Amino acid sequence: MKKLINDPLKVADELIDGLVEAYDGDCVKVGTRSIIKTEIPEGKVALLIGGGSGHEPIYHGLVGTNIADGAACGDIFAAPPPDIVLEATSAVSRGKGVLYLYGNYAGDVMNFDIGAELCSEEGIEVKTVLITDDVCSAPAESKDQRRGIAGLVLIVKMVGAASQSVESLDELERIAKLTVLQTRSVGVSMSPGSIPATGKPTFEIDEALIGLGMGIHGEPGVSEIPMTTADDLTPQMLDLIFKDFADDSDVDELKEGDEILLFVNSLGATTMMECLICLRKAKEYLNERGILVYDTIVGPLVTCQEMTGISFSVTKLNDELKGYWDLPCESLCYTKL
Amino acid sequence: MPKESLDVSESLGMVKLLARKIIEAEPILTDADRNLGDGDHGLGMQRGMTAVLEKLESESFSDVKSIFNATGMAMMSSMGGASGALFGTLFRSGAKTLAEKPVFDASALSDFLVAANEGVQARGGASPGDKTMIDALDPAANESLKSKDLPIDEALEAVAAAAESGRDQSKDMIAMMGRAKTLGKKSVGHPDAGACSIAIIFRAMADFANN
Repeated sequence: MKKLINDPLKVADELIDGLVEAYDGDCVKVGTRSIIKTEIPEGKVALLIGGGSGHEPIYHGLVGTNIADGAACGDIFAAPPPDIVLEATSAVSRGKGVLYLYGNYAGDVMNFDIGAELCSEEGIEVKTVLITDDVCSAPAESKDQRRGIAGLVLIVKMVGAASQSVESLDELERIAKLTVLQTRSVGVSMSPGSIPATGKPTFEIDEALIGLGMGIHGEPGVSEIPMTTADDLTPQMLDLIFKDFADDSDVDELKEGDEILLFVNSLGATTMMECLICLRKAKEYLNERGILVYDTIVGPLVTCQEMTGISFSVTKLNDELKGYWDLPCESLCYTKL
Repeated sequence: MPKESLDVSESLGMVKLLARKIIEAEPILTDADRNLGDGDHGLGMQRGMTAVLEKLESESFSDVKSIFNATGMAMMSSMGGASGALFGTLFRSGAKTLAEKPVFDASALSDFLVAANEGVQARGGASPGDKTMIDALDPAANESLKSKDLPIDEALEAVAAAAESGRDQSKDMIAMMGRAKTLGKKSVGHPDAGACSIAIIFRAMADFANN
């Protein structure tokens, strides 16, 4: 793999430095490896996100206007250590508490939890909502064990919007839980990314197969299916999302007249061309079912280096969530006018 | 002549030795993790223990508690990921029991290990038998309770043997946590990499006290 990097062990730090430059003053680096919005109003309930680096433009690219206030960034594919979580929390805290919103991975949970303990020793109130949108990573009845994947972009966008006006940390926690509950994703992978420090692939998969439901680091999915066409694969993936809304007694099934957000994500090397071809089919399939797409995002926003693969994320909207979606936002990863 | 306890300076020497032994063992730990995990445990532990050595050599310590606390913090800060949190928790949870203790004796060792074992299990959610670091740490903590009245060199020898035996027994277990869990029965036959690290740590501590 030809990679334009320098010292492989400094990849995470150097990309963060570049990210700060790309933000043109809207965000700064604080401490070891935290990206923090330059202007956070006093008395605001703060939203902190974070996770391992190497998945750019998330997570640290979702900091900005009307979206997240800060991100605690780990090394490549590794959770941010607790002292970085502490430094990021201290930097975003404006006296009304801090909500942690990040993907459900064991390393992230442990490190953010220790970070939260350190923060509570310093008198900062913290609550945590985990992103668990990957329907293929656990059955509906144990959905709290699911991984967080591309749906996080929709979730962070809406919770970030809500955080601009909520009165309390408890209220933001409620909204974050609601947003996570109504957001579901299904991903596939066709070939791995590589670990920048070693050049080694993150997993192996047969050239003739697609990993249905595989996670963004190559975690196992539900099955391996023969390589196929965009038009054959797209309905299979959307059906898993439909089935999940139907199976889960905590949500209503997706039905005619429902309004959704639709996000088609590339895991890195799958091209915009391929995403658009899949989006075309997805829209056709949703139209047949009378499901209304309120807004669409498409592109490589939740990536794993040169991994090939795609995911669909759906948020089922109600009037409250629609209000959060409608608020314009600006960040490196996602901007809405 | 048995050694009853270690003073602050000896405890510092012991932790530095265990750090060096883990750094030396990087290829062994990498191999162990490649069989079951994503192969990054050896490099992670090497990075953590290099940070520990730097911290222990750049600061001065007046008590045993702060040596272990600094060790835990250095591992957490430098390693990241689950193993940074778990090994950091091990040393920090253990250190909390050492307040006001001027020396490190078998009773302090036992308090340390029991709290470390509880702390790591609470943090990571693993239980004995899940094929994790707990499978070396839990027998070590149990052994330490029986060795409370022994001189420290003998207690550490018993604890190290228990950890090594636990590591060996982890070979026959089916992984229930982490990435290895997805291997199911295929995980049988290899020891857990975290359990290997625990065994190396206690072997180094015992060797220090016995020389």
